[in-house]
Amino acid sequence: MLDSLAQALSEAEQNQISLGELALRKEVERGTRPRAAIVAGLQRALDVMREARARGLKGDVRSVSGLVGGDAHKLARSVRGPLQGTVFVDALAGALAVQEVNAAMGVIVAAPTAGAAGVLPGVLLALADRAQAPDDALVRALAAAGLVGAVIAQRASLSGAEGGCQAETGAAAAMAAAAGVELLGGTSAAAVDAVGLAMQGTLGLVCDPVGGLVEVPCVFRNATAASIALAGIEMALAGVRIPIPADEIIDAMAEIGRTMDARYRETAGGGLAATPTGRRLARGRLGPVRGA
Amino acid sequence: MVSLLDIIGPVMVGPSSSHTAGACRIGLLTRALCGDLPERALIELHGSFAKTGAGHGTDRALVGGLLGFAPDDPRLRDALNLAEQAGLQVTFATTKLRDVHPNTARLTVERAGQKVVVVGSSLGGGRIAVCEIDGLPVDLSGEYPTLVIVAVDQPGTLAAITAELAADGVNVATVRVSRSRPGGVALHLYELDDLPVPEVVALLARLPAVRTVRLLAQVS
Repeated sequence: MLDSLAQALSEAEQNQISLGELALRKEVERGTRPRAAIVAGLQRALDVMREARARGLKGDVRSVSGLVGGDAHKLARSVRGPLQGTVFVDALAGALAVQEVNAAMGVIVAAPTAGAAGVLPGVLLALADRAQAPDDALVRALAAAGLVGAVIAQRASLSGAEGGCQAETGAAAAMAAAAGVELLGGTSAAAVDAVGLAMQGTLGLVCDPVGGLVEVPCVFRNATAASIALAGIEMALAGVRIPIPADEIIDAMAEIGRTMDARYRETAGGGLAATPTGRRLARGRLGPVRGA
Repeated sequence: MVSLLDIIGPVMVGPSSSHTAGACRIGLLTRALCGDLPERALIELHGSFAKTGAGHGTDRALVGGLLGFAPDDPRLRDALNLAEQAGLQVTFATTKLRDVHPNTARLTVERAGQKVVVVGSSLGGGRIAVCEIDGLPVDLSGEYPTLVIVAVDQPGTLAAITAELAADGVNVATVRVSRSRPGGVALHLYELDDLPVPEVVALLARLPAVRTVRLLAQVS
């Protein structure tokens, strides 16, 4: 697709189009699918995201191991927190909901991965609900997210096993930040600023799943990543800029990932997975498959 | 180059692209190699599949693939019960295989008196590779339509097969031939850019050295 956000921004500005529109045109240029098929694919992703969120918010999903589930419903229904009734809580609840559905073997969109599948729907659907954004605007926002993800894949990684959770929920937060700015009518420059502002907040984040399962802390980390995406959107739309270019922040993420100890790259050898409670929970739930 | 729909996708049953979606694809390819739904399956799990398979639904995803469910089919979650209803008898075991990827399973499937043994690995992001069929080394991704041909190891067989494909205008993306011993049984794998017409597949089956021909659809 593209190997830098600087290049993407300059092409978008030259053609006076948004990042999402640029992403759609670039995808058409690859020549594997016509535009209608690409848009249909993104619309299907959007539909699956909505279904997964609705399913998770009902509150009756439980993960295969029984460790997680039901918290999205709890958060959405609470009247206790200081941010209840805001888009912030909607985004957090949506992210929890989709990731709970993922842990329960429900159908989700791996965007960019299954383990980080809650962030984009959490943020984008919450914003779209408030702004009453039409689906074609959401599809373009998803395309913008895809462009950011493609650049991250090219320059760094989207795999927790390679780069830790900064490469999964961190990348998802950066993608959601750009998509959110586009959805709310911000400039492409602001969308790229939002990528940097979100990603700087997830640098160094390790992948430390208890028992190696995509459950704890993954479900909660999707919610906190959504909050970081919202922080990036809010700051970028206000004109806040981080002096380090987004591409260099992505490169820094790659460098940190390369030098990250293997214990923190999805092996369940360190971090929360290696805490006494993490180990105890894993022992009780891992086990071989039935009959093996 | 990475596609937009690879980043915003795939649509899949969770929780893990390697342990669930990839496992399902291994099951689907094994079903295709078997010809249809097997009657019996022994599923031996290796490495991370053995260690964390239950929590990732790897067992259900492998069986779901054998039942013909795609990675985005919500029935994967109930695959173990549905297998029983469909008349597929499944046994699980753990194993230690040599020189394979940590996410690997060996499936021994039987149907109508025929047995196929498949070793498949999930490489990450849902991509898979079948690395062994009936003890012979292969490298099968399922990303292309693939012809799997069992033939007698004798001169001219590969030329005869590719000539038939060429006559149909089918381009071969990759070829791999392995054999038990000189003059023994040879396993041919042709990954194709296009699907050959059924007449060509029938012609291939009538070639003198050829024992069986199986056309596998792309496992996407």
